[in-house]
Amino acid sequence: MSVNEDQVRHVARLARLALGDDEIDRMVPELNNILGWVEQLGEVDTDGVDPLTAVIDNKLRLRDDVVDDGDVRDDILKNAPDAQHGFFAVPKVIE
Amino acid sequence: MSELTLKTITELREGFRAGDFSAREIAEAFNAAVAAGRPLNAFTVETPELALAAAEAADSDRTTGALKPLSGIPLGIKDLFATEGVDSTSGSNILKGFKPTYESTVSGKLKAAGSGMLGKLNMDEFAMGSSNETSAYGPVISPWKRNDGGNVALTPGGSSGGSAAALAAGLAPGVTGTDTGGSIRQPAAFTGICGIKPTYGRCSRWGIVAFASSLDQAGPMARTVRDCAIMLEVMAGFDPKDATSLNLPVPQWEAGLTGDLRGKKVGIPREYRIDGVPDEINAIWDRGIEWLKDAGAEVVQISLPHTKYALPTYYIIAPAEASSNLARYDGVRYGLREMGVKSLDDMYAATRAAGFGAEVKRRIMIGTYVLSAGFYDAYFTKAQKVRTLIKQDFAQAFEQCDLILTPTAPSAAFGLQEKLADPLAMYLNDVFAVPASLAGLPAMSVPGGLDGQGLPLGIHLIGRELDEQGVLNAGLAIEERAGFNHRPKRWW
Amino acid sequence: MADATAPYRIKGATGDWEVVVGLEVHAQVVSNAKLFSGAATAFGAEPNTQVSLVDAAMPGMLPVPNRECIRQAVRTGMALDAVINRWSRFDRKNYFYADLPQGYQISQLYHPLVGPGEVEILLDEKDENSVKQIGIERIHVEQDAGKLMHDQHPTMSYVDLNRSGVALMEIVSRPDMRSPAEAGAYLRKLRAILRYVGSCDGNMEEGSMRADVNVSVRRPGEEFGTRTETKNVNSVRFVMAVIEHEARRQVELIEEGGTVAQETRLYDPDKNVTRTLRSKEDAHDYRYFPDPDLLPLELDEAFLEECRASLPELPDAKRKRFEGLGISAYNASVLTAEVETARWFDGLLNAGAEPKQASNWTVAELFGALNRTGKSIDECPISPEEAADLLKLVADGTISGTIAKQVFEIMLETGDAPSKIVEERGLKQTSDTGAIDAEIDKILAAHADKVAEYKAGKEQLFGFFVGQTMKAMAGKGNPQVVNERLRAKLG
Repeated sequence: MSVNEDQVRHVARLARLALGDDEIDRMVPELNNILGWVEQLGEVDTDGVDPLTAVIDNKLRLRDDVVDDGDVRDDILKNAPDAQHGFFAVPKVIE
Repeated sequence: MSELTLKTITELREGFRAGDFSAREIAEAFNAAVAAGRPLNAFTVETPELALAAAEAADSDRTTGALKPLSGIPLGIKDLFATEGVDSTSGSNILKGFKPTYESTVSGKLKAAGSGMLGKLNMDEFAMGSSNETSAYGPVISPWKRNDGGNVALTPGGSSGGSAAALAAGLAPGVTGTDTGGSIRQPAAFTGICGIKPTYGRCSRWGIVAFASSLDQAGPMARTVRDCAIMLEVMAGFDPKDATSLNLPVPQWEAGLTGDLRGKKVGIPREYRIDGVPDEINAIWDRGIEWLKDAGAEVVQISLPHTKYALPTYYIIAPAEASSNLARYDGVRYGLREMGVKSLDDMYAATRAAGFGAEVKRRIMIGTYVLSAGFYDAYFTKAQKVRTLIKQDFAQAFEQCDLILTPTAPSAAFGLQEKLADPLAMYLNDVFAVPASLAGLPAMSVPGGLDGQGLPLGIHLIGRELDEQGVLNAGLAIEERAGFNHRPKRWW
Repeated sequence: MADATAPYRIKGATGDWEVVVGLEVHAQVVSNAKLFSGAATAFGAEPNTQVSLVDAAMPGMLPVPNRECIRQAVRTGMALDAVINRWSRFDRKNYFYADLPQGYQISQLYHPLVGPGEVEILLDEKDENSVKQIGIERIHVEQDAGKLMHDQHPTMSYVDLNRSGVALMEIVSRPDMRSPAEAGAYLRKLRAILRYVGSCDGNMEEGSMRADVNVSVRRPGEEFGTRTETKNVNSVRFVMAVIEHEARRQVELIEEGGTVAQETRLYDPDKNVTRTLRSKEDAHDYRYFPDPDLLPLELDEAFLEECRASLPELPDAKRKRFEGLGISAYNASVLTAEVETARWFDGLLNAGAEPKQASNWTVAELFGALNRTGKSIDECPISPEEAADLLKLVADGTISGTIAKQVFEIMLETGDAPSKIVEERGLKQTSDTGAIDAEIDKILAAHADKVAEYKAGKEQLFGFFVGQTMKAMAGKGNPQVVNERLRAKLG
């Protein structure tokens, strides 16, 4: 399966990457090269094989319902590009 | 250059404890080496004052008898680890100037064990790369040069390129790396040092910037197998803040070290003999086989049938996970934000375009594509099924052997820019390292010898899950016989 | 399954249309801490003060699931008679928005925690045969998003992550509802069950429970039409309005030759219209995949046992038990609609009140008083034990029903115990036939003409004599005895 320019633009939009026309032009063959290469997995017979769900056998541990975190607003906002009145400020969103 | 910078962790620890030299002297020696080593571009930020502070505490602890396992030992920390109050960039522009208010569990354990931090180590951006050429802070230049009289700048490997270069150049006695698809082992091989990736879940991932969550593991890189064991014992351990962390006690790997491999079977997988790989690589592999035999191991031929599918499997799963893990870099709460844009979506797209380099963008695109509607089953689910088969290959092989021996990398270090034209050519660097990552198995590279151009070649050991001891012991057996005490000739 | 009323139809220009409704309810889980982080969940805190590094999606952060959130979802599933999946998994739902710090929401698409179940609704409270079963498709747990505010600044929106990461149960119904009334009944019943179980406080105004309303129309008997989804509706009334409005809109559209687009819409309560949400292109490609930071969730028998054992008596069971005690279907419905009411009434029964009498009194008198004073049952100034005492005084004949009303008023005002009030004010009713006869004789003597009319056939005057006698005795005559003695004397 190969991708064309439109599909690359679509994927870039999904990934929120503003790619210039020259970048898109470069990416189309690059991605096709890589996708063509990974497609060899189609050769492998995986009938009856389950996808891997856990890399190393382990049990999901559950936490106790205790409030032991939060209340660290200064830390949370410390690296913010734009923090105002205790909030993160972003360009206005219209719903 | 001070004699101290030639010593291993083991030697430094011994000498410091015996009172032969102070922790302060050690820190000063390495701080000076770091400063003098700037032409390598191994460090993104230097923290000599932190190394000194830890050294002072160590010297004080020595008088009160309150010594910790790494008291007196300064280390370099890969920039992928969040270090409190110190820039943690992951080699990326999008995290330029980001100073975490928290410390990663692993680097915190090293700190608590008494070590000091020399600085943060340069790396491929978001750990995506095999040559440290994708860093937003410039490539790392290997301390090694070919002996052909030329002056070609070589790569130290990647993504832990800064870590490997610093260690090999004697700027630090021990460094941390991370390994997702070979990023500790391949640079270790390229620079003639030891590096181990433990079993998935041994080291906590909390506070380590995530690239591919089901593959990332922290690990030590050092001059000797013993040094690696010492560091790994401190780095490993259950962390309740990481749901994939293994809730098992940390074995005493250092105490358990032995180069005696009698009773052990070493498997040689036929699929790792690949066309187009230089003869010298196979030759060092053969020598490794002889050394292990000499240590008492029995050698058996094994098969890992799905080996050739490991790299394509990896290059579907890792980018997919990365595309999701890197979605948080959006300019809202930290890091770079492109200003002067009207809408939120525009801000996202502009920020990420400006903040991410070409390789990261490429992998995000691949990852987004293979997860997208209509392609998920054909690519991602398929890859996860093949991953199961690869894991089964190893499980079956380990019924016939206790360890697997392979080369670490398909070549010696190459020149900067040599492999940038084709991303695939770069990906092939990890052909031997990736399978063990996919299966979550412990794996290590130890230096085997030099090639015809005077460049190091590494030997690779893979063990059963949780058998870091077996891997370290085999590594020790090779180390004892390889007698690799080559160091790069200082050109900086 | 009986249809108590005529089926709901939209009358279009070309004929009748049936409405098909499914509801996806997002219910915030009652727990101390969030689903994957240890930050607090309480409503109304200062912005970004209930946010951990994990909630803010700082580099290197990892999720660890909260056992109580899982437990609450399992208990909810059990209360809805649903299949509990011992093995389930978390998936990432990937999209970009300022209230979603990770750039993905941890949810469960492929393998949810809870499978099919059902909710029984009563379409008409007075008709116990108007029962309908509404199917539950599944329930899963997922993270809630933060809050965006748009009116604090001219060019910026403000992000508060306090709510980011709070556990939600997404309860998905089957498309079994056929009218706004059914949807309303379903929502009210679901809410009551959640509040009985204690897994969600059901407060729709505060946003702890909200509904996405899926509506389509079809000719009766035909295939399902294309549905639209109206998101985040936060009251039962609005849900019903959305269904009606959206169904009509779709009918008009189809009859004019158009086709209904499968889209997401938003409800504007001020204008009572739904409109297309600004098209979030690609909003549908969430690229779900299993979250690699989390292993599959496996529940053991001990955990499930504890969940089951912890469930209180649920509304349907309680209603049936009340009916079994002789309480009318209507009263039983009313008394079990809210968990606080049911608890109060159970207290009344446990204090020994006779069920039928207690239910009538509670519904008529107590609720009347609470409505008048604008109090909720939690603020009721009378305890179930005090009410039981009052009812006992009526049951054993100490006071009459009429006097009881007086005593109740005084209890509300003074907080005094009923027996104390009766003593102090001498309100005991008298059954002394001698005294009663004396009063009756006086009344009959004073109204001889009416006596004559009564004996001539005007039977309704009997009530007049009862009333006069009771008045003369200041309500303290035992009504039964008064009735008996009047009958005796009037013949």
